[in-house]
Amino acid sequence: MTATTLRGVQLPDGTRTDLHLSDGVIVDEAPSGAEVVDCDGLLALPGMVDPHTHLREPGREDAETVKSGSEAAARGGYTAVCAMANTQPVTDTAEKAEHVLDLGVKANLVDVVVIGAISKGLQGQELAELGLMHRSRARVTMFSDDGMCLMNPQLMRRALEWVKPFGGVIAQHSQDSFLAGPGACCHEGELSGRLGLGGWPPVAESTIIARDAMLAEATGSRLHVCHITTAEGVEVVRWAKSRGINITAEVTPHHLLLGTEELMGYDTVYKVNPPLRTSEHIEALREGLADGTIDVVGTDHAPHAPQDKDHAFVDAKPGMLGLEQALSVIIETMVKPGRLTWEQVAERTSHAPARLASLSNQGRPLTVGEPANLVLVNPDRMSTVDRAESRSLSRNNPYHGRELPDPVEATYLRGRRTFTRS
Amino acid sequence: MEPRAVVSADEMQWALTRMTHEILEKNHGSDDVILLGIITRGAPLAERIGAIARAQGHEIPVGQLDITMYRDDLRRNPTRMPSPTVLPTEIDDKVVVLVDDVLFSGRTIQAALLALADLGRPRAIQLVALVDRGGRDLPIQADIVGKHIPTARDERVRVKLSETDGEDLITIERSGQ
Amino acid sequence: MKHLLGIADLTEDQIWTILDTAEEMHDIQQRPIKKLPALRGRTVVNLFFEDSTRTRSSFELAAKWLSADAINVSAKGSSVSKGESMKDTLQTLDAMGVDAIVMRHAGSGSVAQAAGWVRASMVNAGDGMHEHPTQALLDAHAIRRHLRANELGDLQGKRIAITGDLLHSRVVRSNVLLWEKIGASVVLVAPPTLMPPGVSTWGVETTSSFDEVLPDVDVAMMLRVQRERMHGGFFPSEREYIDAYGLTPRRLRMLKPGACIAHPGPMNRGLEISSAAADAAHSIILDQVSAGVAVRMSVLYHLLAGEEK
Repeated sequence: MTATTLRGVQLPDGTRTDLHLSDGVIVDEAPSGAEVVDCDGLLALPGMVDPHTHLREPGREDAETVKSGSEAAARGGYTAVCAMANTQPVTDTAEKAEHVLDLGVKANLVDVVVIGAISKGLQGQELAELGLMHRSRARVTMFSDDGMCLMNPQLMRRALEWVKPFGGVIAQHSQDSFLAGPGACCHEGELSGRLGLGGWPPVAESTIIARDAMLAEATGSRLHVCHITTAEGVEVVRWAKSRGINITAEVTPHHLLLGTEELMGYDTVYKVNPPLRTSEHIEALREGLADGTIDVVGTDHAPHAPQDKDHAFVDAKPGMLGLEQALSVIIETMVKPGRLTWEQVAERTSHAPARLASLSNQGRPLTVGEPANLVLVNPDRMSTVDRAESRSLSRNNPYHGRELPDPVEATYLRGRRTFTRS
Repeated sequence: MEPRAVVSADEMQWALTRMTHEILEKNHGSDDVILLGIITRGAPLAERIGAIARAQGHEIPVGQLDITMYRDDLRRNPTRMPSPTVLPTEIDDKVVVLVDDVLFSGRTIQAALLALADLGRPRAIQLVALVDRGGRDLPIQADIVGKHIPTARDERVRVKLSETDGEDLITIERSGQ
Repeated sequence: MKHLLGIADLTEDQIWTILDTAEEMHDIQQRPIKKLPALRGRTVVNLFFEDSTRTRSSFELAAKWLSADAINVSAKGSSVSKGESMKDTLQTLDAMGVDAIVMRHAGSGSVAQAAGWVRASMVNAGDGMHEHPTQALLDAHAIRRHLRANELGDLQGKRIAITGDLLHSRVVRSNVLLWEKIGASVVLVAPPTLMPPGVSTWGVETTSSFDEVLPDVDVAMMLRVQRERMHGGFFPSEREYIDAYGLTPRRLRMLKPGACIAHPGPMNRGLEISSAAADAAHSIILDQVSAGVAVRMSVLYHLLAGEEK
């Protein structure tokens, strides 16, 4: 196995050091023959962990495969991604979970962590085999019907109860399907009225978060709120945490940066669910991420083939790419304005999501004896995003043409370089 | 080169008077005759001819014809606003006297004939032009002409009328000015 | 003008140009030979993803009376379910070399999207809950003729009440934009459940009390209310809706002399509009239909007759 010395690299706490990587772990002394990388001006962050990725395989390999998604993840600085269950077929049994796990191992660029469905076929009617998925080789601990909200409160309660003994977590897509039905595709407000697009009101999110928080309290189980987008939602999470409820929340890069006004040209690349919100919500999300109310950044990376996007806005599939520009957006919106330190960035993008998904060998500090999962970052590098350059098979990149930080220089998974700029 | 005046206000009036006489003479009076001025400047000219005839005891109905939609160069120019076509009576079995300011290529008259065909079936159509400057592209000729002013292709004949331009005057200028 | 995507894109001058030209086109409808050669050799496709006999036949007549070749393509049933993207459908037609595509689609913004994909001129014949520009133009044209016939002046300064299901209406958006641009005032009347979000930023009056505004308006425009909306909880019953927002015989008597009644159709007689109102002497509902052809002739003429830019 190759050995590497990262010379003069800056750690999240600001100290400068040489990091020696050997046999997949961080060691205290450079082994003989180690490749030396001059890291002057570069920062090392623990390998990022994405708690929310759509890899589309099995089922839609024209939009993304586990391999192409893994390449995009490595390019974005990730060493682990949690693969959502809404594939075709849905990941709702142990066998299907192991299949996705094996695809990840085969791609061998990031750790592909399998998320299982809460309900069979995401139908919201009966529980999927949560325990069997957990006890499979895939060791599933996070369960989500993402894409669909688990509306039935009784089933939600049962799911929370069922996963509690093995430390599972229920990750909810918080969208009341009555308040925000199938036609809801634009933040409800002035612009939805003007554009004639179905409104998606903030209360459709906040009321479900509030309900689920109370269910989590009642069951003593663990709840994760996927892609929170509203000021009201953040406020409910803040309140729930103050009550000691076991709740975590996630925000996407696109909801931190992009606003409802992007929809004015009806460009379906900006169609995403939940929808892009207005500036007061964006500010509440940034504030929530800064003060820790929001625990993690999850990309909700959602590749789509052109034939699923080239429709009328209401008919187009929701979702946008996120893996490759996640850190770019975090630096732009949170680090540059001084709202997150690098240690906090490491917490929100690596340590916390690893804890969320119960990963023991990811999200670890960059100290001797720990797995050599890390990303080398040049915080000052800028570039114009070009969707054609994506490692993803899809091109629904909402940042195309934007000038953003382009920080990732190299990514290491257990000491092996999985991405390098040169 | 300055525009060169070729017909004065008085001369224009004399020409119109003579043209009116010729119309009455050609049609043995004014029975069943309708004057239709081609928009833009044909319309006031038709009104004037009608007034001269009236002064002589002949009441000729006067209307105007818009040919915008029938032009063969519609597609070569920015879209023009159509104007109203006003028919004082039905034109079926009448003698329609078309009035225009300048007869040149003949394309305007071709368009006018097409427009008339959609409006009815006159017994006869006659053409009256204040100026015939020659240079026809089509086999069309006027029945009655006020002034023959032979010109070169690169010259431009401008008819100014008090109703539309504040004065009665006909000038020639080099185009491109 | 390359496309007609919405009233939002038109200047006041362009609106008047279209309305003035529609006056000339209107005369054609009275002629025995209803044919002008202006668009000879041009091809207009009516691409309707949603049924609308009225709008489609109106556009078809307009194209034919201007001597364009007109074909109708019904793409009913969303292209999503057929596995063909909307972009493919549009680009396929465009590749045939047509000059204009008149498009109706249930998706808001779809015609604007299409304009980015094709070479032909796009005409919005109604996109979802967004705009229906020719409807607003024909409303204005019909009202203008009513005003002129009754020696009540022109459109400027007039007051129009638009009442009904404003939330799901593309007609109301186009109308509000048009009246605002030409200097007339609009008051929107609907229950709170059927008001569009953000309507307070539209620069028009809004009210939930029909009776209060009715005596002052020059035009009472009624919009269709679909009975199915009841199931969505938008109103409790037809009876309750009519009581508050129907143009009933009682409300008909509240209109001032000279005020007219308009409805873009199709009407739900007995719901938003009583038969007494629909058939009243000052109802211009059928005039709106004939105005539709004239206005669409005007629009097609201005889009297609002039030089190719």
